[in-house]
Amino acid sequence: VACVMHGKPAVTNVSPAIAASRSAAEPATPAAEHRAIAVSEFFLKNRHLLGFDSPHRALLTAVKEAVDNSLDACESAGILPEISIEVSDAAHATVRVAVEDNGPGIASEQIGPVFGRLLYGSKFHKLAQSRGTQGIGISAAVMYAELTTGNPVRVLSRTADSPQAWEFVLSLDTRKNRPDLHKKALVDWVRPHGTRVELELEGHYRPGPHSLGAYLEQTAIANPHATLAMVAPDGERHTWQRSTDALPARPVEIKPHPHGVELGQLIAMLRETSCRTLSRFLREEFSRVGPATARRIIRGSSAGLTERSRPGRIARGQAASLHRSIARTRVRAPAADCVVPIGEAQILSGLRTQVDADLYFAVTRPPAVYRGNPFVVEVGVAFGRPGRIGLEVRPGGHLAVLDPPQHTSARVPDAGQPIQLLRYANRVPLMFQQSACAITKTVIDTHWHAYGLDQPRGGLPIGPLLLLVHVASVWVPFTSESKEAIAAYPEIQRELRLALQICGRRLKAYLNRGERLQREHAHRMQIEKYLPHVGVALQAILSMQDSDRDLAVARLETLIERNRQI
Amino acid sequence: VSKHRSTSDPRQPGELDRATLALIHEVATAVKTAIDDDRLPEIHLPRRNLDNVRYDAKTGYLELLDGEKHRTLDASTVKTFAQTLRLMALCKELVEHGDFATKREAYYVSKNWGECRFRDQPESDAVLDDLEALASTRGLLRDELRFYAEEHGGSVAGELTVIDVEPESGGHLEIDCRRLGAGAYSIPRSVEHLQFESGARFVLAIETGGMFQRLSTHRFWERERCILVEMAGVPTRATRRFVRRLSDACKLPVYCFSDCDPYGFANIYRTLKVGSGNAAHVNRFYSVPQARFLGVTPEDIVTFGLGDATHPLEAGDVKRAKDALSHDPFFQAEPRWQAAFEQLIQMGVRAEQQALAKWGLNYVIEEYLPKKLAHPEAFLP
Repeated sequence: VACVMHGKPAVTNVSPAIAASRSAAEPATPAAEHRAIAVSEFFLKNRHLLGFDSPHRALLTAVKEAVDNSLDACESAGILPEISIEVSDAAHATVRVAVEDNGPGIASEQIGPVFGRLLYGSKFHKLAQSRGTQGIGISAAVMYAELTTGNPVRVLSRTADSPQAWEFVLSLDTRKNRPDLHKKALVDWVRPHGTRVELELEGHYRPGPHSLGAYLEQTAIANPHATLAMVAPDGERHTWQRSTDALPARPVEIKPHPHGVELGQLIAMLRETSCRTLSRFLREEFSRVGPATARRIIRGSSAGLTERSRPGRIARGQAASLHRSIARTRVRAPAADCVVPIGEAQILSGLRTQVDADLYFAVTRPPAVYRGNPFVVEVGVAFGRPGRIGLEVRPGGHLAVLDPPQHTSARVPDAGQPIQLLRYANRVPLMFQQSACAITKTVIDTHWHAYGLDQPRGGLPIGPLLLLVHVASVWVPFTSESKEAIAAYPEIQRELRLALQICGRRLKAYLNRGERLQREHAHRMQIEKYLPHVGVALQAILSMQDSDRDLAVARLETLIERNRQI
Repeated sequence: VSKHRSTSDPRQPGELDRATLALIHEVATAVKTAIDDDRLPEIHLPRRNLDNVRYDAKTGYLELLDGEKHRTLDASTVKTFAQTLRLMALCKELVEHGDFATKREAYYVSKNWGECRFRDQPESDAVLDDLEALASTRGLLRDELRFYAEEHGGSVAGELTVIDVEPESGGHLEIDCRRLGAGAYSIPRSVEHLQFESGARFVLAIETGGMFQRLSTHRFWERERCILVEMAGVPTRATRRFVRRLSDACKLPVYCFSDCDPYGFANIYRTLKVGSGNAAHVNRFYSVPQARFLGVTPEDIVTFGLGDATHPLEAGDVKRAKDALSHDPFFQAEPRWQAAFEQLIQMGVRAEQQALAKWGLNYVIEEYLPKKLAHPEAFLP
């Protein structure tokens, strides 16, 4: 969680409250400081926006924010993540949570702001794919913890070049939006590097589909390179082992694409750029803009702007004209290498390790763009109980009946149940607000009847299907700051639909094959039932020996198996 | 009075049995050889569908074309495949032991075949029909396969002596069909071995038992020198084969006397003359191509004043008539029959044989038949 505040604010899809706090991150002017107080208090009073609206969900959100940070930090440092989560009951209605990783550790001067200041982050201003983006998550958890229990957070962090770990005990001063340090000391720690966060908060540990365990399992499926371990309040330990040693590729950082920039953001960028001409500004602050494109944009604006206009002196009306011209000008689609999908092989690895099923496959769509933001849609499928078809074609055309598997811990739903839909954004499981999510809407809008599944009107299809849907993007458009549902942009829904249709067709092919095998098996049983009678008749007519008769029947059986097409 | 006597039977039982056994052996050997050669066995059978049937005016009956169906070892056909072979094995046993089985008995024999048994008699009849069709391609009848029909033939009276074989001695047994009193000669189930002696001028095949009784009791046969045959509805195979053999042997014309309705034309007369559509494989044995239709014709209703003794045609009658016109290859080949059907449909009525009793019970003997028989060239083909 190496967090460095740098560059210019690049606010895109954030609520007005957060947008207002943009400059609050820079405590230079008294006015800005005044607003910074507002934002911390704003979230304090509207904690549901950040996912702390119930004790059960608060625990999940706190762990989720810590785990997201750990995974991001490990990956950016090239470390295979190993994260352990301990939950234990503290006083009445409160739980103690500890999340510990083997990440690179946090430099001591940044530990305070990372955990004790809202909207302090390394990722918000970068256009690069990562789990966290806004710098709200873990500090919000710290804030919530202190609010509900009065206890500060304890952070232990050690970088590889440090002989000891730093221990910080701190809380968040909500009025000033800055860390309030209680203790800072160097201590011995067995880990060579890593970070440990301990929080005590009002929370409730509960099993079920939205439980901490379910969240970790879903995280493990989409992050097969990570090993996760959890100790529950009852002392039970569960581990999700990594199934691959391959770290995801590092996402490339990109500048914003002109078509993804809001007017307000454009005005802020014009004001803060160090470029001295408008042409240079367009070329250097945006991706995919060269001299020719910059010229076309400037000529297309009608407010007397030239290539040599000084960005800092462009008036609001001129900026609006420039913004309209940008929208009208064709600009090459952004480069896609800034988006790193999980990949078909990794999705399969995750599904096979965590879910028992009969059929697995995955589809990764090519990158696409919404509002100048590249994104990739992926779908993974786990279908049917293992050995669902129960038949296997052996060499020589023999159709073998398989024994039903002894042990099935399959997590695919029962045949008569709605499918299980696992939604992900940048590898993070989306645990709540399923019905508000573009993924769910698109799954429901897909005609699963055509692919052999029942589907009630306006509902998820029915069947033993686990569907993993992942949207990876430099900027995933969430419907709210708690980041649980993806907004329904037409471009995103279109990619989702195409990926789901591909999966549907493959599922249909599998179901057809299953049906075909079962039909063929029934046919063969039928044929084999009557073969002895052919033998009896031949024996009677041709006066054959019993042994010759049995030989003929046996040959006939082999003959049929070899000759029948499957 | 010239008397015709049929020559001795050209169909030698010993030879026919050998041909039957050879056929069975041949089919079984083909199956066995295919298995030995690693090929999937097939049994080739004539297709009995109507689209494999043709009416040839020259031969005068509906005949089977050489369309074949291949019974293979598919899920849908394996049971019938096995049943066909098992019935052939039964057939072999029957021939070798000089025994026979009625179609119903054959169905019950299969009840001892376990899974392979027939579900109902139509199922076993269908396989028997296939075997019969196969045998017919070798000039063999169902009788030679030793599967007999339940049904027997109709009754016969008149100028005919049937020469049968006495089962015990093997000697000749002469049955004089003039001397059976109030009774009549009953056509046996199998007629292949019969010989005939007759001084008759023609054979009159009568639809109803009532009309047969009237003509027989009043010795109509003596007066017109003819042979009366009661068909009792659609003639059975035995009746058709009897009439055919009798007509062939004694060179006698055959006149059909039925009700004037689509059933009388399209079912009774058509079957007598050209055979039945769904047993086309055996029509060459069981049809009577020399038969002609005496009456009652639609024209007779007018000529003999039967108008007020008719019944309206029912919807089923009209449909039967239209089907005959549009589908039956025999009627399609005969314009005079098409005219007769159209006249009947246009009149919208039907008349039974017995309608003639309107003019007196024996009007049929005194007036109708003599007048009709005076002009046999006017009979419908």
